[in-house]
Amino acid sequence: MKLFYLIKQAWNKSLSIRIIATTFIVSTILVTIIGLILINRVSSGILSSKESSSLTEASSAINEAQRVVSATDIGAGSPTVSVIVDTAVTALAVRAGQSGLYDVLFLSAEEMSKQGLPERGTNLVAETSVSDELRNQVENSDKLLWSYTQINYLDGRNIPGLVIGAPIKINNVGTYSLFLLFPLDKEEETIRIIRSAVLVTGIFLIFGLLILVWYLTRSVLSPVRKTANAAERLRMGLLNERVPVSGEDDLAKLAGSFNSMAASIQQQIGQLEQMSRMQRRFVSDVSHELRTPLTTVRMAADVLYESRNQYTGETARAAELLSTQIERFEILLSQLLEISRFDAGAADLSLKQTNIKNLIEKTADSLSSLLTKQETPVVINGSAPEIEMDPRRIERVLRNLILNASEYGVGKPIEVEIGSDEEAIAVIVKDQGPGLKPGESSLVFNRFWRADPARARTTGGTGLGLAIALEDARLHSGWLDAWGSPGQGTMFRLTLPRVAHKAISKSPLAIGLGDEKQLELDMSALAELMTTIPMGTKNE
Amino acid sequence: MARVLVVDDDQALSEMLGIVLRAEGYTASFCDDGSKAYGIFKETKPDLVLLDLMLPGLDGVEVCKVIRAESGVPIVMLTARGDTLDVIKGLESGADDYVIKPFKPKELIARIKARLKKDDLKAESLTLGDLSIDVIGHSVKRNGKEISLTPLEFDLLLALARKPWQVYTREQLLTEVWHYRNPADTRLVNVHVQRLRAKVEHDPENPEIVMTVRGVGYKAGP
Repeated sequence: MKLFYLIKQAWNKSLSIRIIATTFIVSTILVTIIGLILINRVSSGILSSKESSSLTEASSAINEAQRVVSATDIGAGSPTVSVIVDTAVTALAVRAGQSGLYDVLFLSAEEMSKQGLPERGTNLVAETSVSDELRNQVENSDKLLWSYTQINYLDGRNIPGLVIGAPIKINNVGTYSLFLLFPLDKEEETIRIIRSAVLVTGIFLIFGLLILVWYLTRSVLSPVRKTANAAERLRMGLLNERVPVSGEDDLAKLAGSFNSMAASIQQQIGQLEQMSRMQRRFVSDVSHELRTPLTTVRMAADVLYESRNQYTGETARAAELLSTQIERFEILLSQLLEISRFDAGAADLSLKQTNIKNLIEKTADSLSSLLTKQETPVVINGSAPEIEMDPRRIERVLRNLILNASEYGVGKPIEVEIGSDEEAIAVIVKDQGPGLKPGESSLVFNRFWRADPARARTTGGTGLGLAIALEDARLHSGWLDAWGSPGQGTMFRLTLPRVAHKAISKSPLAIGLGDEKQLELDMSALAELMTTIPMGTKNE
Repeated sequence: MARVLVVDDDQALSEMLGIVLRAEGYTASFCDDGSKAYGIFKETKPDLVLLDLMLPGLDGVEVCKVIRAESGVPIVMLTARGDTLDVIKGLESGADDYVIKPFKPKELIARIKARLKKDDLKAESLTLGDLSIDVIGHSVKRNGKEISLTPLEFDLLLALARKPWQVYTREQLLTEVWHYRNPADTRLVNVHVQRLRAKVEHDPENPEIVMTVRGVGYKAGP
């Protein structure tokens, strides 16, 4: 069973094994068939020519024998049967010659042999060389009969042969049967030699074919394998990988196409890398160039703000506005830089074992002055085990969610629920604000999106907070999704994998009104989907 | 009256820093070129240096190394890139602390005050391993031979030596030694523990004075 499995695996895995095995089976069958036909044709040819020459010879020999017997019979005196038989056999033996073209059996018919009539044979040929069946047939016929047989000699030899028999009439005695036994050992030998020659040729042919096929397969497959290996190395990021091109055949074309594809990929990746580098460089430059004057302005504004009591009403207010708006500008700038960093793929995680509940409490604490001012309590329920996360980023996500909730659900409690299962932990932040309209849950993560453009902002949010939060969640291979319904408030759910970067299949907490279907929905994926659907289809 | 040397090539920022520093009662002197920084440092003998990392002439990191080779004066870096290698490079070259632009004046003043703060020291004599620490004299000796530490490194060693049984987390050390109210960048601790070990350990690879407690922080050894 195991062997079968191994063979099957090798069969499935290796093209060359498949080709070689198929070639072996097919060529063996073909060579066997051809060999059999060939041997059959040659041996039947040899035997039939021997047959016809033997029959010709036998027919005249039998006539001769009949003539000798008849002449002896007519001759003077009354010779015994033995003499007649001996004369005939001797005449035939002389005719057959020294070379032993054939042997002779001169047998009486059966009923006569019981009377003790003499029977003769040449060269120790045994009576058993002629089958009883043929003997009977010959006795009862008047023409030549023949068949293949095995010629047995009294000294134990036996060789294949052709036996031709005919009845001989002896006057006053009856019918004798004359059998001429033509040995076929030479023909048999020839056929045997041909057969072994065909066998050896066939084996050589099969082996030759296998070697040829193996060589051809190898010469075709080795460039293919080389190309596959090169593609694998290319995939692993070795963009300089190329395949040697030799000749102008199909394989060379494959190698050539592969190389030009690799070159094109390399060029495009190079361009993208260049763009990404430029982008990062730009972000970094903007960062430095903007931050230095901003620091100066910030300090100047602070100095003015600290001494605002020395100014009259409107100037003092101007100093206040300057200070608060610079703060807002700073936040906006740092968020823009953060977004650029995400866009450039330059954001990375610094993971640390963190308890999400502690992090939520810490975040709520840091926002406590704002939340107290708005009289918005934060209620935290549930707990989850410590997992690896980037606490700075997750704190920022939580901060954004709580800020967002406090902005929309001013004065009403913000519920924070924590849950976990074996693959993920989740946090839901729920406010009791006006809630999202249908379709808006996918838009909240868009940059600078506002639920109601006419609505004034109380906390001076920048419109980038949730977009950054979504990027932070994705960087953890986690989800951030939203659910809301007019009058039901808004929920944001953050789901993080317990093992960093492992894809999650479902969130431990359900979002929405307990609708089971919502559980399976990855809203962030849906959001992407919705942006790709043309608007027209919505009306259909 | 503490003297602060501001090394920054941005005229406006320098001037503004001067205003803020003077408002806090410090005397400020300025330098806008990295290559001149050391000369002005020797001339003015400041109690603290504010050092921008991007400087014409000589890079801020190099300036930091040059000053540190000569003196243990507190150096606070001003940097626009808080998340890059610049911070690590600056700290490794000997800066005690850093602030990221744009910073609030109060934040900067708090950092400066923390570095210039003189603890009320009692006449105390501590030993740690084969080191003897003279708290008043701000000196550390091994076999009667003085080891030169910067004030920050001394404070770090002292904090650990005073409670050799206690394991300090990096956050605790930030509060204790750097006087941060909110836990900040723990790289500060890592880098300065390395620098301290390089001076006080027989073999910095196998520390016997400042021990790492895996997953927690540091403690005085052994």
